[in-house]
Amino acid sequence: MRADLFFIKDWIEPQSRVLDLGCGDGSFLALLKQEKNIYDCGLDLDPDNIQKCLQAGVNVIEQDLDKGLANFTDNSFDTVLLTQTLQAVHRPDFLVEEMLRIGKKCIITFPNFAYWRYRYYILAKGRMPVSSDLPFSWYDTPNIHFCTIRDFDELCDERKIKVLDRTVVDDKHRRSILMNLNPNFFGINAIYHITR
Amino acid sequence: MAKQIPENSVGIVRPVCLHFDEPLPLRSGKVIESYDLMVETYGELNDDKSNAILICHALSGDHHAAGYHDPDDEDEKPGWWETCIGPGKPIDSNRFFIVSLNNLGGCAGSTGPESTNPATGKPYGPDFPIVTVRDWVNSQARLADHLGIEQWAAVIGGSLGGMQVMRWAISYPERLRHAVVIAAAPKLSAQNIAFNEVARQSITADPDFHQGHYYEHGTYPKKGLTLARMIGHITYLSENALRGKFGKSSLKGENFGRDLRTGKLNFDFGVDFEVESYLQYKGEAFSSNFDANTYLLITKTLDYFDPAVDYEGDLSKAFEKGSCKFLVISFSSDWRFPPERSREIVNTLLKAKRQVSYLEVESDGGHDAFLLSEPRYLNGLTAYLSVVANESAGTRGADHAS
Repeated sequence: MRADLFFIKDWIEPQSRVLDLGCGDGSFLALLKQEKNIYDCGLDLDPDNIQKCLQAGVNVIEQDLDKGLANFTDNSFDTVLLTQTLQAVHRPDFLVEEMLRIGKKCIITFPNFAYWRYRYYILAKGRMPVSSDLPFSWYDTPNIHFCTIRDFDELCDERKIKVLDRTVVDDKHRRSILMNLNPNFFGINAIYHITR
Repeated sequence: MAKQIPENSVGIVRPVCLHFDEPLPLRSGKVIESYDLMVETYGELNDDKSNAILICHALSGDHHAAGYHDPDDEDEKPGWWETCIGPGKPIDSNRFFIVSLNNLGGCAGSTGPESTNPATGKPYGPDFPIVTVRDWVNSQARLADHLGIEQWAAVIGGSLGGMQVMRWAISYPERLRHAVVIAAAPKLSAQNIAFNEVARQSITADPDFHQGHYYEHGTYPKKGLTLARMIGHITYLSENALRGKFGKSSLKGENFGRDLRTGKLNFDFGVDFEVESYLQYKGEAFSSNFDANTYLLITKTLDYFDPAVDYEGDLSKAFEKGSCKFLVISFSSDWRFPPERSREIVNTLLKAKRQVSYLEVESDGGHDAFLLSEPRYLNGLTAYLSVVANESAGTRGADHAS
């Protein structure tokens, strides 16, 4: 399981309604269905992912997050998930607002661009960081809106978004003292549990 | 010598005619006292009758959805949904018991305008009552009763067939586990109705129509029905599909599909372009096998479909009852029922908090893409129905264990 998903699982209530934005191959929703008997709804745009969701018996809707979520009614889900996708949408702030409208609670995970290795990469090489977590070149990356933990905290502050819980992990879903001391410097992946 | 039948075909099938004596009250207030339904089935019904799938046909379809009728006729075309139904195909006859019928008002053997009206002893003709999608589904429910099927594993249909699927989920929410709605719409648009009206006018304006009593006059409104089908056929295909059909011989399709039939302009009002003769051929072929009164009736059935009317115009209220899952599929180049119309269905279902999956297939096939071998469409349908088949197998296993 991907690093960020391991922690999210505990935040999902059994039998609750879960909307996963950019659900990928549906394996996380399938797991939640199996373990927590949730009502599942995934959104994705990639035909291969959609096919895998159908194979897994996961409800999946072909829909482009950048075209909005107006088709979902207020408070129609208990939890809205956005894992490792925030940085790939055109207007992350609009999307976060929409998530908070649709879901009672939301879970957002994203790669922390202020992680010290990325900082070092830019500082030492003077080039955009490329790593196993961020394997793309600047010109073909789907990640167009990188942010840091400090940036996201500020957005929550400005928009009066309540942070219920925040966890910072490395690529092997481990937490450490260093990450607790300075999450914005040592954390690779940020995991936020937010509400309005 | 018997003809070669592909291994993934259901093979030679025999339709049966089932008679129903219980009067069927219709939406219009009229009643059909008794009626026949032509039915074909493929595959085997399992012990607990949990693997049955109902196929709902569209405007020109009938009960013959798959396989062949004549073991000797080498030129015979298979049923209208041969791409989807058969052993190992998306609607797998090795795993499902598949039921396909000719709807009431049809012209392939079920009671319709060509049948004898018991009250007059003459064919019904134009006096055959207008049946709605709801009436069809009520008659299909009686067919399910007759076959001993309490609950369908899935009800599946494209276009007008998809409308019947939605009506099943509304009228009989407990009698299906999955609803597969392909290339459909929650109701017809003004443009859709307009095309239907032109088709109807072409038929009724034919001097051989005789107000629908052409059987008694020994005539047939062939010209009118041909014209109606030509108009319909244009709306079933995309511009690119037509371009591809008649532009391949020219360089990179830059001729926009405008291939000439004889290679030169004739400077008269005859046929110049290939698309003209193609449409005439399609229209004429159709009109020799289809009843004009049925065509009129079914275009009305389409126009009248609007299940939201009983729910103050809010279709999501219609879908509040029941727990069946939905699979909705649309095709990018379908301009009769374009993807936006399917998304309306999906959004309505989401509003009703129903379980739904949605697939928007990139295709040049237009509305008719649902009858074609579009790989993504067939793969998606296969994946979805394979989960359905496993559920049916699971229920049976559980029952045997208890």
